[in-house]
Amino acid sequence: MSRVVYLDNNATTRVADEVAAVMLPFYTELYGNPSSMHAFGGQVARHIAQARDQVAAILGADPTEILFVSCGSESDNMAIRGVLEANPDKRHVISTRVEHPAVLSLCNHLRKRGYEVTLLGVDGEGRLDLAELRNALRPDTAVVSVMYANNETGVVFPVEEIGQIVKAHGAAFHVDAVQAVGKLPLDLSQSTIDLLSLSGHKLHAPKGVGVLYIRKGIRLVPLIIGGHQERNRRGGTENVASIVGLGRACELARAALREENDRVRRLRDKLEDGILHSVPNVRVNGNREHRLPNTTSISFEYIEGEAILLLLDQLGICASSGSACTSGSLEPSHVLRAMGVPFTASHGSIRFSLSRYNTEAEIDYVLEHLPPLIERLRNISPFWKDYQEQLAKRS
Amino acid sequence: MWEYTDKVKDHFFNPRNVGDLPGADAVGEVGSIACGDALRIYLKVDDQKRIVDVRFKTFGCGSAIAAASALTEMVKGKTLDEAMQITNQQIADFLGGLPPEKMHCSVMGREALEAAVANYYGLERKHLEEEDEGRIICHCFGVTEGLIRKVVRENNLNSIEEVTNYCKAGGGCQSCHMDIEEIIHEVRQERVETPAKQPAREQRKLTNVERILKIKEILEEEIRPSLQQDGGDIELVDVEGSKVLVAMRGTCASCPSSELTIRWAVEAKLREFVAADLQVVEVKS
Ligand SMILES: Cc1ncc(COP(=O)(O)O)c(C=O)c1O
Ligand code: FES
Repeated sequence: MSRVVYLDNNATTRVADEVAAVMLPFYTELYGNPSSMHAFGGQVARHIAQARDQVAAILGADPTEILFVSCGSESDNMAIRGVLEANPDKRHVISTRVEHPAVLSLCNHLRKRGYEVTLLGVDGEGRLDLAELRNALRPDTAVVSVMYANNETGVVFPVEEIGQIVKAHGAAFHVDAVQAVGKLPLDLSQSTIDLLSLSGHKLHAPKGVGVLYIRKGIRLVPLIIGGHQERNRRGGTENVASIVGLGRACELARAALREENDRVRRLRDKLEDGILHSVPNVRVNGNREHRLPNTTSISFEYIEGEAILLLLDQLGICASSGSACTSGSLEPSHVLRAMGVPFTASHGSIRFSLSRYNTEAEIDYVLEHLPPLIERLRNISPFWKDYQEQLAKRS
Repeated sequence: MWEYTDKVKDHFFNPRNVGDLPGADAVGEVGSIACGDALRIYLKVDDQKRIVDVRFKTFGCGSAIAAASALTEMVKGKTLDEAMQITNQQIADFLGGLPPEKMHCSVMGREALEAAVANYYGLERKHLEEEDEGRIICHCFGVTEGLIRKVVRENNLNSIEEVTNYCKAGGGCQSCHMDIEEIIHEVRQERVETPAKQPAREQRKLTNVERILKIKEILEEEIRPSLQQDGGDIELVDVEGSKVLVAMRGTCASCPSSELTIRWAVEAKLREFVAADLQVVEVKS
């Protein structure tokens, strides 16, 4: 494939060159075990400590509150299960219908294990109703887990408002911030958040490394029981290279956050506005104001998402879809369904998610090629013609 | 990403026979936007009942478009009878295979073809389902008992997952899983019993449309000519499951022994050539 225009950064991101560079030595000469008593291994521990500082800095946290884990999903699991196991008398969990499967599937699993789970709904723009949360909270609510920003629509939840309600009820507050870290400024020193999850591969660090932030004083039972690594909170020899890479990635993201995101937002808006202007019968899914700067979920009515993706792929354009055929299930994405997006639109939804590596020329390329491609599929669709005939009849 | 064969990709990127067909002799449509895919197929049929032209429009994923395109290539030039012999597996084979999760695209092709042929003969959609089998089993995807039974039978399916792959039933809230399980079980029973009891030519159970077409054919060719010789006639009014509703015309209409004609001439012939459970009922106009 000659040209690749990568607009699927909410799925995963390219490892930054600067990140890859600092990782390499840990695959070659610096292969020691950080737990070893000898200096050869011990020197590695210093690099992990540095990475911990770097992660703490982007979160506004204390380094002792940073726990390295193997991915975002492990972080989510450890937060929720860790709280439940530490509070065996509390059997109620609250989350939302639009969470990532890392949380949602866990909720379903917990239900089968006898826990009570309340999943909060969202409105047509993907926003929560905080009154519903207030009503759902109970004395035996152990944990409330809410995502910071939605991976499909980019919609950002008002986490601090939510946190205040949750804390007033004495439950632990977990936030899946996998899509937010590096895209939105965070300061956990001034926050109601008790537990926060992030994942390396969403911010230009490698796959297979994540973090669970655990506020001082929050008790958790570990998920992986083993050696004394991570101060006895997660057994297993550290994934040194990836941890070091994640540290560097956080540093890069922090330094560039404002400037990069302004630029990314401009490109995203250009893409979105361009599509809205050049293609009829499209709609943006999710509230456009409270949204990540890099994400747009656009529905192309009367056609199906996988077909769009295949044609985009032929042009080297990478995106993803909330359509049934691509989700591996037969129904459109649970996020769009929770929002009540009509079927005419949900099956044809495409998510474009940008990163700092995208250029204006790439956006122009997409804007040039997308409209004819949509038209081509609409000319195959029986419903498009029906719709046009209806329009003609009406006028 | 799905593993599509080159043939699937070819038919997706360059679909054959896309579009509308002004003056089409038949239209068949299945699916809906809610279900995530739909297919509309148009046929032009000559007086030899040969499909001389065909067009389609599809709302659906890559393999749905490819399967529809493949189907149009397969039926062109065939007689309606020949076209009706095409199975969903043959559509998949034509494309060099489909991912298991996408087999429902081939079934949709076959269903749309059947709907078009029914439409050609002026039959209604309800005739696509056998009696009692129009009952919706899977409400999430609007799949009837008849269709589930058919895909299980024709494709030798053994699990709910396979049924979901072939017709989507069971792929949503899962509340229909028990019913699907039961249908699989029944068809499996049928499979065990069939080989011993039934002669080879009856192995493949006729679909409803095929059965109605067959009834028409037998009436036309075997029964009407002899009645007409005596100045009488018979007309097919409707088929409801195993009930064949007919009206007697001409001298037959007033003939006191028309009841006997129906029992011994019409019903016996239909039972012999079409299905042993058919029952002919006269409707008086
Ligand atoms: C919101 C959200 N949570 C959790 C995850 C899971 O992260 P990981 O792939 O590192 O397990 C993802 C990404 O896939 C995500 O977008
Ligand atoms: S009724 Fe069949 S999956 Fe919901």
